[in-house]
Amino acid sequence: MVCDVCGKKPATVHLTEIIDEQMNELHLCEDCARQKSADMEQQFGLGDLLGGLAEFEKVSLEKETVSLKCPKCGLTYTDFKKIGRLGCAECYTTFKKYLGTLLKRIHGSNIHFGKSPVAVTKAQKKKVDVQELRSKLQSAIGIEAFEEAAKLRDQIKELEQKQQRGEAAQE
Amino acid sequence: MQINDFLHQTSEWLKGTGPNSDIVISSRIRLARNFDKVPFPHWATKKQSEEVLQKVEEARHQAELLKKTTVFKLAELDSLDKQFLVERHLMSLEHAQKKNNKALITDDEEIISIMVNEEDHIRCQVMQSGFNLFEAWRIINSIDDALVKILHFAFSSEWGYLTACPTNTGTGMRGSVMLHLPALVMTRQINRVLAAIAKLSFTSRGLYGEGTQASGNFFQISNQVALGHSEEEIIGSINGLIRQIVEQENSAREAMVSREKAFLEDRINRSFGILKSARIISSQETIELLSMVRLGCDLGVIKDIDRRTLNELFIITQPAHLQKLENKKFSSQERDIKRAETIRQKLKI
Repeated sequence: MVCDVCGKKPATVHLTEIIDEQMNELHLCEDCARQKSADMEQQFGLGDLLGGLAEFEKVSLEKETVSLKCPKCGLTYTDFKKIGRLGCAECYTTFKKYLGTLLKRIHGSNIHFGKSPVAVTKAQKKKVDVQELRSKLQSAIGIEAFEEAAKLRDQIKELEQKQQRGEAAQE
Repeated sequence: MQINDFLHQTSEWLKGTGPNSDIVISSRIRLARNFDKVPFPHWATKKQSEEVLQKVEEARHQAELLKKTTVFKLAELDSLDKQFLVERHLMSLEHAQKKNNKALITDDEEIISIMVNEEDHIRCQVMQSGFNLFEAWRIINSIDDALVKILHFAFSSEWGYLTACPTNTGTGMRGSVMLHLPALVMTRQINRVLAAIAKLSFTSRGLYGEGTQASGNFFQISNQVALGHSEEEIIGSINGLIRQIVEQENSAREAMVSREKAFLEDRINRSFGILKSARIISSQETIELLSMVRLGCDLGVIKDIDRRTLNELFIITQPAHLQKLENKKFSSQERDIKRAETIRQKLKI
């Protein structure tokens, strides 16, 4: 059996379509079947869905948003509606007003409670500082500069306590 | 590591080990991250996406945890290799499609995989066998900690990590668990379970993730909400849900064994019989029959075959695996013949 669409390759996918109670059988080759399923997906994209979610304040939205364009990457609100994806991190600032509502609709919240890169790098920075002080302490002891060593020891203690408090607060 | 080196090893997620590995095939966590100054992949120029790839490659050299990884540039792979990587769950179908400067970074054991320039600049995933989301989180969290020290990620203190699609904004995290639920399907309780999952803001997908149909009684359950809760809270709630589903599958299995033993054993043994003797078999039929045999293996109805062999069969009977194992291109009819042959060989007892 050859493919109903291209009429060239052998049909290996057999599809039954029911449109308005009319049953239709299609025999397709692999390539035509792939194209067919892509066509079907495009009819209702993520963009429509997301755009629709944000558009509950339809009246105020129309005029303002048509002209809204991200200064960094040039993506417009209409683009976002069409493709369902933002253009860059800056878009979140440009479309802030609408995204706040959209995020709340998607996630049931619009405030982040998870991990933050700032906390990770801060904790890292403190660790580095302690390490630096420790190596200074070692060399101070090495050259028998005990007064300096005592100062360094106190600094390390203080930093470590701060770090522990910080971690406890985060938890 | 070369792509062909993967051919003769079992991926971490298919090892059939770990907690609850009779019902839970694998656990996966992925994090989406983007650079703060570069447009998201779909909106970036060729030069910008090249820059992204370069930065990630540099970070790979600096991060201790990523020392033993390999970079595959997708432009240098043929379509069979790409399909092969998708079948192994190392990357998504979307990543296999043409677009600038896409790459895949993966470790030798296939636990870690990082897609560069997929929907987001970085999509990092960690896979574990069995029901083990927290272990996957522990690993991916330390990779993320290492990357954050080297790369500047797009982050807002209000909305968290900023991603191309607002459905991932926040933690950028998705936890997924692959379940094998034959008894819930056979006792027609699965729709009730799936409806409850959707109501609780989780999603259910097929074997190959987004946009794929459930087949062979395999379901991938993952969180939909990424914002408003911490990563641990989200994982905790997936765990709670999965535990309940596992319990329900177990009681459905028990009920079938006690009430419909003959029917169940008949179906399992018939499936095993077909797999051992078929001469032409499609991948769909293979998955469905293997699902029954796997159930038989869990219930002790089939004793002379182990879970790992069955798991391996799921993957080596996929189209790209069959062709790569034979190092030859096959038409789909030829594949069906080759597939039947491969199964017969593997099940020869």
